[in-house]
Amino acid sequence: MMQLRCPWCGPRPENEFSCGGTTAIARPPLSCSDEEWARYLFLRENPKGEHAERWRHTFGCGQWFNLLRDTASHDISAVYGITEPRPRENPA
Amino acid sequence: MAASRSRWIRSRHGSDVDASPLRTRYSAWNLLAASRQGHRDWAPAWRDAEPKARYDVVIVGGGGHGLATAYYLARNHGVHSVCVLEAGWIGGGNTGRNTTIVRSNYLYPQSARLYDFSLRQYEQLAAALNFNIMFSQRGVLTLAHSRHDLDAQSRWANAMLCNGIDVDLLDARQVRDIEPRLNFGDASRPARFPILGGFIQRRAGPVRHDAVAWGYARAASALGVDLVQNCAVTGFVKQGGRVVGVTTPRGEVRADKVALAVAGHSSVLAGLAGLQLPVTSYALQAMVTEPVKPVLNTVTLSPSLGAYWSQSDKGEVVIGGALDHFPSYAQRGSFDVMQHVIAATCEMFPSLGRLRLLRQWAGIVDVVVDSSPIIGATPVAGLYVNCGWGTGGFKAIPVGGWTLAHQLATGQVHELAEPFQLDRFRTGRFVDEAAAAGIAH
Repeated sequence: MMQLRCPWCGPRPENEFSCGGTTAIARPPLSCSDEEWARYLFLRENPKGEHAERWRHTFGCGQWFNLLRDTASHDISAVYGITEPRPRENPA
Repeated sequence: MAASRSRWIRSRHGSDVDASPLRTRYSAWNLLAASRQGHRDWAPAWRDAEPKARYDVVIVGGGGHGLATAYYLARNHGVHSVCVLEAGWIGGGNTGRNTTIVRSNYLYPQSARLYDFSLRQYEQLAAALNFNIMFSQRGVLTLAHSRHDLDAQSRWANAMLCNGIDVDLLDARQVRDIEPRLNFGDASRPARFPILGGFIQRRAGPVRHDAVAWGYARAASALGVDLVQNCAVTGFVKQGGRVVGVTTPRGEVRADKVALAVAGHSSVLAGLAGLQLPVTSYALQAMVTEPVKPVLNTVTLSPSLGAYWSQSDKGEVVIGGALDHFPSYAQRGSFDVMQHVIAATCEMFPSLGRLRLLRQWAGIVDVVVDSSPIIGATPVAGLYVNCGWGTGGFKAIPVGGWTLAHQLATGQVHELAEPFQLDRFRTGRFVDEAAAAGIAH
């Protein structure tokens, strides 16, 4: 079972959380084309590797936050606030 | 073993006196006749080919859907210049990782037509492929634990009847007659999840999954299709925006049309061609117990508990459950879901509670928002997909291959595949198949 670090509660087991999918998807203006709207609603990169996604500590504090998680190894490389930008890769 | 066999075959063919062709056809007579030779004159089931420089069609993915597409291209349409490129080994992905159940108990007419066509193909597949796929039509039994379940299942079963699919609604006593080892409780200790009834599709049941892959591989190979294993596609060759081939570690392979049948890796491959799909990849796990004598009569499914059970011909109890609820490409699955599925097993079949688990694994499934597949052309010219089957791709192998082969060969969308085009994500004409998963996701 994965262990996730809630920014408020600290490390907790995976089954206290729910995954909200890819984070920070920008909504296009409502005047956009059907193609653009379909891309916003449904098309995803779905990467094998690092994925920026949002999680909620549903059975805990209830807070939303962001993760950078590898979808193949499940390694978590960053935890950051729901409104914060994605941390840059390899800050060194 | 393999080396000694090929040496033996060479020496046999080297001898003019004793040369006779290797056996290719499986039958009782051939089995008997081959036993005189100690079964050493059987031909390999398929040719392990090297990729050529060009084909009419290249299919990426040597699982059930890819192999079926290749077979129907050759058999239904006379397109023999076909290559299947498989990164691992034939049938080693989701085709070898599912719980082997074939059914067509879907809700909407579009899905019912699609999946029942598939079920009917499965019924005649052993004869068509000359390969025993061991289809055991023992029935899929869905349990109702509440008044709400009973009402929902009446609707579900009546929808199936309207679609011309066989189904029987059952009361509690009928369920007990069919599957007596279920936990019905008694007066002193009532069951936590009482069984009030259910419904059964009697034509449904398990098929030997490896046999489907091997049967299609053998039949396709016999029709001239090249099957290339251990050959991952690393990129696409494009000319003026059109896909005209793929790159592999063994060189470039050109083709008029390239089709993807790679399930959970659809986004990864499509991404190499600059295309995004409405697909998210999740791990779906399954597990088997140690083998025991026959104890289960049907495939039993409890939507409320999120688990289902059947018994393999070897005697293992095969247990499946719901998805891991976060995107994943790890073919192992999370302990959380495993624990849930095992708890459900102990609750519904108390007599199985002392069995030990032998194996647990996961396959990576390609989930789309309406739980219906995508079969057909993409916005990238020359590139086609067969994906989006999510948790239920195995049952659809014949129809997935049949309809995609039709489109690749004729340029026309097959009638059965019309509702399942990629364009529906723009138009909003979904086939929101609530019954697709069978269990609540």
